[in-house]
Amino acid sequence: MTVTDTDQHHDTHEGESHGLSDMGYVKIAVFLAVVTAIEVALSYTQDQLGAAFLPLLLILMGIKFFCVILYFMHLKFDSKLFGLMFYIGMFLAIGCYGVFLLSMHFFSS
Amino acid sequence: MADTAVAPATGHDAHDDHGAHHTSTGLSNNKLAMWMFLGSECLLFGGLISTYMLYRGRHSENLGPDQVWDIPFTSASSFVLLMSSLTMVLAVSSAHRKDDRNTKVWLMVTALLGALFVAGQVYEFTTFYREGLGFTTSLFSSSFYTLTGFHGVHVTVGIIMLTSLVGMIGKNRVPGDKAETVELFGLYWHFVDVVWILIFTLVYLIPA
Repeated sequence: MTVTDTDQHHDTHEGESHGLSDMGYVKIAVFLAVVTAIEVALSYTQDQLGAAFLPLLLILMGIKFFCVILYFMHLKFDSKLFGLMFYIGMFLAIGCYGVFLLSMHFFSS
Repeated sequence: MADTAVAPATGHDAHDDHGAHHTSTGLSNNKLAMWMFLGSECLLFGGLISTYMLYRGRHSENLGPDQVWDIPFTSASSFVLLMSSLTMVLAVSSAHRKDDRNTKVWLMVTALLGALFVAGQVYEFTTFYREGLGFTTSLFSSSFYTLTGFHGVHVTVGIIMLTSLVGMIGKNRVPGDKAETVELFGLYWHFVDVVWILIFTLVYLIPA
């Protein structure tokens, strides 16, 4: 580690950004509230939706999930290394518990 | 070699006037550690959610999810927690602008919304208990109370952290970069919100 190296690392700290404007965050929050309202409305119309009900609900849940982590948690604007730390844990959990549920015949029942 | 000797004095984990960090990655170690912690939390909640999914059908005929859930009430609680994420991100934004007054106001609003959510959860648990759904009533109830209880504890810890942070900002006792500290608290709070997004859909909206 040299003084020059240290200065260079200081410059790369710019990879961390503060994200959207306050109004941008308000718009995201309104969008999330609307998606939540749609989710609740869907839960009352599940008989009419039939087989489309579950995929629709899971897609809306995914949209909300990624909106929060990308915009509110700044993953979209920050260094990819932060995202990597989170996604490793997330995909490890999905893989591990997916296999767990599969072994318990959860999806077949 | 002389360079090597000089570097540590101004190097690792030191702060300059802007609070930036000098690390081997060029990124804040604290923030990296927080993201790693949140990644590990995915495994905790993943285990609790999948256990609930497995046992949600294991209950008596009249005390299952379809009989006890109050979707309008839980939807309102979800909305409150969602809005607390907005107030948290506004606190982070104010902290980056070095606006201590607004940072404290938004942090307090976030803590109050969090407290409202926890109060709603306590009310919900009490109602379920009065209807006969105790912790050991069935595998469904055990897995449900464990999952939502763990989440509630996380929200409660978040509220304690937020109120402590408001006090520390008020007394100007926040060590290091104040904006980054608020951002770290914010990451934790948003994660709690993200977990609730999953719980709300998978536990409450999808029928057993």
